[in-house]
Amino acid sequence: MKRRDFLKACLVSGATASLGMTGKAWGSGSFEGYPDGMGVLVDTTRCIGCRSCEAACNKEQKLPEPASSFDDKSVFKETRRTDENALTVVNRYEPQEQGKGPVYRKQQCNHCNEPACLTSCFVNAYTKTKEGAVIYNSKICVGCRNCMIACPFNMPAYSYSSAFNPVVKKCIFCYDTRLKVGRPPACVEICPQEALTFGHRKDLIKVAHERIRETPDRYHDHVYGEKECGGTGWLYLSSLSPEQIALDTSLSNDPIISNVKDFLGTVPMVLTIWPALFSGIHLLATRNKDHGHEHANHGQEDSKP
Amino acid sequence: MNARQKGDITMRAYRFRPSPALMILLMLVPAVCLGISIPDTITLNDKGTLYEPFPFNHAKHVRDAKECSDCHHHTTGTLVEDPNCVRCHRNSGEAKTVTCRGCHSRSPFSVASLKELSSNEKIYHRDKPGLKGAMHQACIGCHSKQAAGPVGCEDCHTRKKAGHALYNSGEFTPKTRTATGHGH
Ligand code: SF4
Ligand code: SF4
Repeated sequence: MKRRDFLKACLVSGATASLGMTGKAWGSGSFEGYPDGMGVLVDTTRCIGCRSCEAACNKEQKLPEPASSFDDKSVFKETRRTDENALTVVNRYEPQEQGKGPVYRKQQCNHCNEPACLTSCFVNAYTKTKEGAVIYNSKICVGCRNCMIACPFNMPAYSYSSAFNPVVKKCIFCYDTRLKVGRPPACVEICPQEALTFGHRKDLIKVAHERIRETPDRYHDHVYGEKECGGTGWLYLSSLSPEQIALDTSLSNDPIISNVKDFLGTVPMVLTIWPALFSGIHLLATRNKDHGHEHANHGQEDSKP
Repeated sequence: MNARQKGDITMRAYRFRPSPALMILLMLVPAVCLGISIPDTITLNDKGTLYEPFPFNHAKHVRDAKECSDCHHHTTGTLVEDPNCVRCHRNSGEAKTVTCRGCHSRSPFSVASLKELSSNEKIYHRDKPGLKGAMHQACIGCHSKQAAGPVGCEDCHTRKKAGHALYNSGEFTPKTRTATGHGH
């Protein structure tokens, strides 16, 4: 079962009656992103796996010291995921065909045109800015992890560095420090190979197709993110098919919002129940953390301060 | 058509690499064509904050490369061969400027650069890499293809202190945990 289907099932089963309109105005699911929205074209045929982007992100976003130097290539032995300590990671994929070198792919939040995290957030902590970034307000975030479940790319992670304020962590397109004032993100700026091209999303789609047209031998004919999930701000080109570089091709071209908006009519009820539920879970989580154990059945000890 | 044929013949001569004498003669052709002095060394990364400037041995690359246009596109040396470029540059003469920075911008993603792109529909080379991207793609691309020449960051550049700080390398290498990347 897909995680978001699970979410959907949970919500639907919890709903006994259809409740009225929510505060959010749901359109027909055809929002194409802001006209001047920015994006990044990730051309994996150019990437050499130098991890400079990871290093730049680490410093720009003031993330904790890494376990080893960013020169350490042994990290490629495993497929890594982004987490609260690394908002972007580069993974290595070995092509099935003989004689082809490895392909490296940087991953981070894809900054969807219609973000599922935003849709699923019942306290409206998320914003899709007109520049194209999907950002969040950690002061509003209650740590419910809805967005984590909703995200088709499994991007949002949680930071528990402050026990009483768990906050969502994911790539924010360097919004605060750069995008807002028109500067390219730190990872883009440092990339020696210009594997990352920053620009208006609509231009990048043209650029991507033009690269395929001019050098068809170099590319698999697909611009990942142009259509997936209603379109993402970050787009991918590769010599391999998306599956071979672990890009999910089972995602529909409809934004996740279309799948979830039917049942989001239940949000008002959810609003009344979930905060209590999640603050309980949160308290448990933090207490368990202190003990260094996980006890899932301590629900009855739930208490609010 | 004449020019195109001439170009083809020259290209072929290069590819077959006939006699050593002819090779030497041919190697001199671009220099003769240009009529200007070709630098033997060029200092690269002179404005770098993370890496030290370093000398690029141009003379060696002039000797080793088949064609000036391997690096300089159609701007110098023989006529263009790339089918994509031929469409327009079949008969283009040599360019006035042949330096990388003459065409490739130091700040390809600046507000000004992006504004120029979106306000001027007539720009044809819309997907032109910036200076850093162009050079790394050219250098590392060729070095990997030929399986010769440096491809690692510090094979060319020496990192400055600021560079080590950024990459958590050198004196900034994490000490508390193992170097395998597994943590704890
Ligand atoms: S855009 Fe900024 S926050 Fe996102 S991966 Fe790049 S450097 Fe990190
Ligand atoms: S900095 Fe660029 S070339 Fe290096 S790993 Fe990141 S995307 Fe790839």
